Amino acid sequence: MSLAMDREALTARLVKAERRGKIRAFLLVAPLLAFVVLSFVIPIVNLVTQAFYGDLVSSTMPKITVELAKWNGKMPAPESLCEAFVTEYKAAKAKDPALPTRIATLVNREFSGSLSKMRPVANNELSAPYCDALAELNEEWTKPEIWNALKLVSPSVSPRFFIQSVDYRLNADGSIRHENEENSIHLALFGRTLMVAAAVTLFCALLGFPIGFLLAHLPTRASNLLMIIVLLPFWTSLLVRTTAWIALLQQNGVINDTLVALGLISDDQRPVMMYNMFATLVAMTHVLLPFMILPLYSVMTGIKPNFVRAARSLGATPLTAFWRVYFPLTIPGLSAGCLLVFILAIGYYITPALVGGQSGQLISNIIAFHMQKTLNWPLASAIGTLLLAGVLLLYWLYNRLVGVDKMKFA
Amino acid sequence: MKMTKTLSVLLGAAAAIGLTAAAHAGQITVISWGGAYTNSQVKAYQEPWMKKTGHTIVSADYNGGLAEIKAQVQSGNVTWDVVDVETSEAISGCNDGLFEKIDASKLPKGDNGAGPLEDFVSGAITDCAIANIAYANVIGYDSSKFTGDKPTKVADFFDLKKFPGKRGLKKESKVNLEFALMADGVAAGDVYKVLATKEGVDRAFKKLETIKSSVVWWEAGAQPPQLLASGEVTMTTAYNGRLFTPAVKENKPFVIIWDGQQQVFDNWAIVKGTKNKDLALDFVAFSTSTKPLADQATYISYGPARKSSAPFVGKFEDGKTDMAPHMPTNPDNMKNALVQDVKFWADKYDELNERFVAWIGK
Amino acid sequence: MATSPSADAGFVRFDAVEKTYDGINLVVKSLDLSIGRGEFLTMLGPSGSGKTTTLMMLAGFESATSGEIYLDDDRINNIPPHKRGLGMVFQNYALFPHMSIAENIAFPLQVRHLGKAEIAERVRKALDMVQMSGLDARKPAQLSGGQQQRIALARALVFEPKLLLMDEPLGALDKQLREHMQYEIKHLHERLGITIVYVTHDQTEALTMSDRIAVFNDGIIQQLASPADLYEKPDNSFVAQFIGENNRISGRVTSITNGKARIEAQGGSFDALAVKCLAGQVTSVSIRPERVAIEPAQADILFDARIEEVVYLGDHIRIRVSVLGSDEFIVKTPNRNNQRAFNAGETLRIGWAVEDGRALDA
Repeated sequence: MSLAMDREALTARLVKAERRGKIRAFLLVAPLLAFVVLSFVIPIVNLVTQAFYGDLVSSTMPKITVELAKWNGKMPAPESLCEAFVTEYKAAKAKDPALPTRIATLVNREFSGSLSKMRPVANNELSAPYCDALAELNEEWTKPEIWNALKLVSPSVSPRFFIQSVDYRLNADGSIRHENEENSIHLALFGRTLMVAAAVTLFCALLGFPIGFLLAHLPTRASNLLMIIVLLPFWTSLLVRTTAWIALLQQNGVINDTLVALGLISDDQRPVMMYNMFATLVAMTHVLLPFMILPLYSVMTGIKPNFVRAARSLGATPLTAFWRVYFPLTIPGLSAGCLLVFILAIGYYITPALVGGQSGQLISNIIAFHMQKTLNWPLASAIGTLLLAGVLLLYWLYNRLVGVDKMKFA
Repeated sequence: MKMTKTLSVLLGAAAAIGLTAAAHAGQITVISWGGAYTNSQVKAYQEPWMKKTGHTIVSADYNGGLAEIKAQVQSGNVTWDVVDVETSEAISGCNDGLFEKIDASKLPKGDNGAGPLEDFVSGAITDCAIANIAYANVIGYDSSKFTGDKPTKVADFFDLKKFPGKRGLKKESKVNLEFALMADGVAAGDVYKVLATKEGVDRAFKKLETIKSSVVWWEAGAQPPQLLASGEVTMTTAYNGRLFTPAVKENKPFVIIWDGQQQVFDNWAIVKGTKNKDLALDFVAFSTSTKPLADQATYISYGPARKSSAPFVGKFEDGKTDMAPHMPTNPDNMKNALVQDVKFWADKYDELNERFVAWIGK
Repeated sequence: MATSPSADAGFVRFDAVEKTYDGINLVVKSLDLSIGRGEFLTMLGPSGSGKTTTLMMLAGFESATSGEIYLDDDRINNIPPHKRGLGMVFQNYALFPHMSIAENIAFPLQVRHLGKAEIAERVRKALDMVQMSGLDARKPAQLSGGQQQRIALARALVFEPKLLLMDEPLGALDKQLREHMQYEIKHLHERLGITIVYVTHDQTEALTMSDRIAVFNDGIIQQLASPADLYEKPDNSFVAQFIGENNRISGRVTSITNGKARIEAQGGSFDALAVKCLAGQVTSVSIRPERVAIEPAQADILFDARIEEVVYLGDHIRIRVSVLGSDEFIVKTPNRNNQRAFNAGETLRIGWAVEDGRALDA
């Protein structure tokens, strides 16, 4: 038997043995993989898709979509347009009685008041010439606004929700206008959200560092007790913790009552600590603090006392040893904590909404608002997608600047 | 409120275990607004219905809005059967195909023999929902906080000088814009005419702006009495029944200003695609019949949606407080009252609420 | 030797130093130790014997509970570590992982605020000294264990400390590298003439490098002597047992004459040097295996032993025998041509000189 054949057989055996191992490994991770795909990948893909894709109009009213695309935007509208609209809109109703309103709701978002103009079209008998029939129903049909709104919502793919997310609006002719002064809020809230997240991250770092240090370097019994105190908030529901802060900070709350009782302030001088930015920062810092402490703690326990001792023996004062040796070694934990807290803070909205009053309005509140109140899911998706992109961008920047994965310690 | 919820869940669980052998025993999930309100429904509707039919009810709370319902209907995983919704949601949800159609003519006749279509007050019946009560959005205050003059009208709510202190407002455009216009001198009858114009909307926001820095925003109906009780606000908008119950039961110094009250129906709607449609329909028919509607007024000061219920409305559960003067529909309370315009809000809600949210955020 | 200990009263002095962590147990008991200028002194002992604590007190990382520590005649008890001017090499080197090699070595110079040019020059020289030029820009993690060890040495020496402390510096290296580094450190010591205090639990290391060795056990220095004396003339059983291989024979001292003790052991009696024993007391006699001769033509002491086990070790053969009540008695014989065969169970005649048996504490 030749050596080559032997080698071939050996290779085949190896591949076979490895394949079995690979299959076993895959089967082990398969449930997790399925879970991640179902609970994470699909929703995110769905989210991003919803933000720019919606075929409600184009699939139920294909002819009007084509006609609108051809239309030059000038009034009076051509009869072919009116006819296509009326017949298809009525056909939609025949297919599903809820469809006309769903379509009208979309149009209503681009041109307020369209809902009550469109619904009669589905409910009344109309005959040719349709443009005149529509005009008779409501004179809005002789004006371009409602047709333009219809044109905006008819394509299945449209960037208008992204444009709206940054306080601009798409016009039917493809141009872009600034959102009305009184309605533009998204950019301001994006800004405020980033500010709040940055501030909370800073406070968490300032408070978490000494606590992490104590946890890592106290004797075991004391540090275990401290660890329980740190973890305690994790075992309490978010709402309970937030409500506790309300009880503490409000006008007649524990803190104010105590200050008055101690005679430090007079009864009519109670400082406002609730329903403002102060309360937002305090409550969020408290809620997110463990996410800063735990990575710091895990990194700090890994820092051998010999590093600081070495620095001291080499002539460094305690402060120098801390700054030049201990602190840099905590950077992986500190940066992981900061990233974690910052990303979580960006998405927080229950706590700030409950304790922050109007200053507690963050971008996530707007997302929740569009999800729950206006049911404008595509807009919520668009804002969510921008937020996601922003977080990814930050992570990338952070990775470029700090380089989490490059910092590895023996 | 927690107790009753737990109780009904327990009852449900106990019944589910005990009655699994009985093939007919079913279970439905009823969603409402929590607090004293859900409590009144449990006592007046749910417990009698469970007793009568042997079926069980799981009772849970929500804060309004159609999002959860939309999600359930779209995913085909409907777990809510009956939901208590405001009329504007009842209509838009019906239009969006989120609710089952309800044929109101098949509801039971009133105890006085009147047919259902005649017995319900106007506006109480919509395609997909049947009203159970009418409640009012009112302004309430803590009388212990104002030693001199007491506030009496909507405009006083906006007068921070004369009546100092924080104000509680619901975090929504509806109701607030109307209050603002009425406070600014618009008569109740003209409110929606004014609000239909850009100038009118600007005027309402301008009025709200005058108290913005003193506002504490609330979202759940149970919050306003808490805000008043904790002294966080001195005046707040609220659902009238939420102020009534603690005032009578716990002797809280809460006073309701009926001037400018805005009436809204609460309705039962059945979520589209529920597997328990027949049971749900039976529960809706039972609870909106004359006696249970009147019974509810024993527990909370909301007006029954049937005319035939009125003679049966008696005293509060304490056995001594007459309910009539505390009903939004009492003529004394109706001197300057507004019925919320559901059509107006269907058209304008998106636009106005978006502006409202933007305004709060600034 | 150029680096033999100087005769002065002691460059480093421990004067009745005690240390306790818990206030109950003394980790270091009444320690008196004097280390001469230029001396290479090793503290040797098992873990928990107090050697590392003693080193840490000298470095300033632990404070003495009582007693005085002098460096160059200055009392240093209350001087913080960074002002003691000692170089120290740690177990696992403690190179700063976030700094390059050059930055690591420059660190002690930077904290002393030396000029940039001087720092660069001295870093270069230090790297030259440990033959590591050209690796300045690497990070510690990119170096092998031996290279890291050299860098740690360079860093501890670059600021020309009065004293170099080394805490188990070679513990993490493999055997071959460890032996190599032992010689390097020894040569560096000879070249620089610096005083070194070295802590290890490895007796070979201690024997190879030290001028003197302090054997620690139970917080007490058991013996302070040169390597040869320590091996040849252990003062007590612990040292005899701890340093090198040792045969122990337990017995009773019947009499002591002219410094020789008469030992009565199980299966015979013999003479041994009376080092630390009292007449009438039990003793343990220490005999190094290599001093035991097999079938000697003549010897002071001769016994018949039974071979228990034979282990072939290439260059020599180890034979475990039972004799005088011990079945752990080891005899070593070089592996020569025409060697007789040893088999378990056979009887072997062994013998040694009286001076090679040391009667010590039991």
